[in-house]
Amino acid sequence: MHGFANPARFLRIARWLMPLCMSLGLIIAAAALGWGVFFAPAERLQGETVRIMYLHVPSAWLGMAGWMGIAGASFAELVWRHPLSAIAARACAVPGAVFAAVCLVTGSLWGRPAWGTWWVWDGRLTSMLVLLFLYFGWMALSQASEASDGGSNKAPAIFGLVGAVNVPIIHYSVIWWNSQHQPPSITMGKSAMSGDFLYPLLAATLGFTLIFAGVVLARMRAILADQQAEARLRRKARVEVEAF
Amino acid sequence: MREAMDPWTFVVAAYAIGVTATLAMVGWSLVSMRRAEKRRDAARER
Repeated sequence: MHGFANPARFLRIARWLMPLCMSLGLIIAAAALGWGVFFAPAERLQGETVRIMYLHVPSAWLGMAGWMGIAGASFAELVWRHPLSAIAARACAVPGAVFAAVCLVTGSLWGRPAWGTWWVWDGRLTSMLVLLFLYFGWMALSQASEASDGGSNKAPAIFGLVGAVNVPIIHYSVIWWNSQHQPPSITMGKSAMSGDFLYPLLAATLGFTLIFAGVVLARMRAILADQQAEARLRRKARVEVEAF
Repeated sequence: MREAMDPWTFVVAAYAIGVTATLAMVGWSLVSMRRAEKRRDAARER
């Protein structure tokens, strides 16, 4: 991991990896969503509304994965002071929050015809909403500490690690508490789902994960470029003041 | 009494919101990256 600590080396890799992830992700996600909407069968009990799953499940996974990215980067920041870790955490926040919001909205749109209600305050839905608020809080704290604390990343890193407690709560909420939400259909190496539903779902998850990776790399490049531009302008201003 | 609901209304709404949000996020991340890299290159040349 320390091999990527050099921003120049990271940029060399990100320059080809970002467009590759983004374009492959868009192609795979579009094909998987088309497969799910036009070719996958309707489900016996839920009918056509099951097609929302091909968007809802990848969004839920990426909403949680985004926070795990923040937590991993926060750990690297606190333990190794890895120069790219704070940038990686900041880059994960926006796509993670977007996917958490998409998960909540598509879940609500699925819940209305399936459960007869847009929203219930049960463990799964509430912990997912808490995750979205954690993203908002983390982004506000990250911006505030960058502006006021001399650019220190310690407070957001601690928040990132503490907030990771919510991820297993989301995952196990349907097992620990009575929930309107169904228990997990896919566990490690096992699936209770027929291949007709499972394969387009896995393809959509792969496609959206690649899009997520592409967005994170693009955000990292943007944050790095902003920092480099600011450092350069500050250095020039200092030289001009000293010359004057 | 059960309401008669068209499931496709919900499916279309979910896809419209999900796909629009994803594409907007991709577009915004690419535009902000290009803008930041242009700003860095301009600072380098000044």
